Amino acid sequence: MTADDHQFHAFAKMVGQGPHSVSLPVPRLARHTWFDNAAQIATSPAVPGRRISESRTAAGSSKYMASRCGVVLCYFSGAKHPTGLLANLVKTLTLSTPNPHRLPSKVAREDEHLLVAAAKSGDITAFEELVNRYERKIFRLTMNITRNREDAEDAMQDAFMKAYSHLDKFHEDSRFYTWLVRIAANEALMRLRKRRPNQVSLDEPIEGEDDFIPQQIQDWGPSPEQRYAQTEMRDILRSVIEELSPDFRVVFVLRDVEGLSTGETAEAVGISEAAVKSRLLRARLKLRQKLDRHLRQDGKH
Amino acid sequence: LNCNGVIRHISSYIDGELEATVVEEIELHMRQCRDCTILVQQTRLTVHLYYDSDLVDFPADVQARLHKTLRKKIREERK
Repeated sequence: MTADDHQFHAFAKMVGQGPHSVSLPVPRLARHTWFDNAAQIATSPAVPGRRISESRTAAGSSKYMASRCGVVLCYFSGAKHPTGLLANLVKTLTLSTPNPHRLPSKVAREDEHLLVAAAKSGDITAFEELVNRYERKIFRLTMNITRNREDAEDAMQDAFMKAYSHLDKFHEDSRFYTWLVRIAANEALMRLRKRRPNQVSLDEPIEGEDDFIPQQIQDWGPSPEQRYAQTEMRDILRSVIEELSPDFRVVFVLRDVEGLSTGETAEAVGISEAAVKSRLLRARLKLRQKLDRHLRQDGKH
Repeated sequence: LNCNGVIRHISSYIDGELEATVVEEIELHMRQCRDCTILVQQTRLTVHLYYDSDLVDFPADVQARLHKTLRKKIREERK
């Protein structure tokens, strides 16, 4: 028995399950999360079998990988970070039952940089996990910008491919998702400009204030959003945002739907922060005005 | 500060990016102006309604094509 085997058996005993010698199934682990110690697994909501106690945390440089669905727990040995050392996977053992629930966003953020590190070191499965995680949001973004399904799909595909090809240029001090959003926004904007060359400007603030000074302000009543069924509200929000001109829509989508900062939005669109602020103000006021048609109390009872 | 002044600052006011003195002026105005109070409320709700809103469906065929394309391109790139 090697030292690794001893450690593995101790670990298997620790989690209360017999070791199953499995031939390295790493490429098939579609969803996984990295942990530095057993205690992290024990307290992580991502893993259902929380039977690993802190006092029994395996010593030294061992690292653990738990699949996101909780099926496989892998034990690694070796001094280096295991993300780059998949060959160091010594054994796996089955733990608990699959967990169909999605990772809470906090956990998702925390393990994002580990997935990125793994993807950078050539782990395609890790990159696929990043794709799985963000594809829906990226498509939403490219659709919201282009309003054209074909363009949105192309922009999304190219964005993920560019992210993959340029992973080495990604600096881990920022969030991968924000970086990805910037790439996707660029891809979507390029296609939008191609289709509507005269409608999308790169310039400074669009001046002129008279067009959005509201007239006849009327109360929407308490919780107007609750007067509508969820699907009905969704249709209203969708139709209203579609009426927004591309310049305003792009900025609004990045700032208020995707939650990018003013600086990040400015960088993604290629305009100044002042222009972002000006367009955001107008976009918000225009949307409010358009929503007013649907939400004012006399509009629906 | 008049109504137009409030409108000009409404976005930064909602985002909490204004200096305390401007905030005070806006709130002083709002105490006397029902229209501006409603306008701020409704603009804030507008932003809230859209935040992280899932207005776009993600069709299964779009997802399948993405996965297929990425797999193919990654394979090509690694050659």
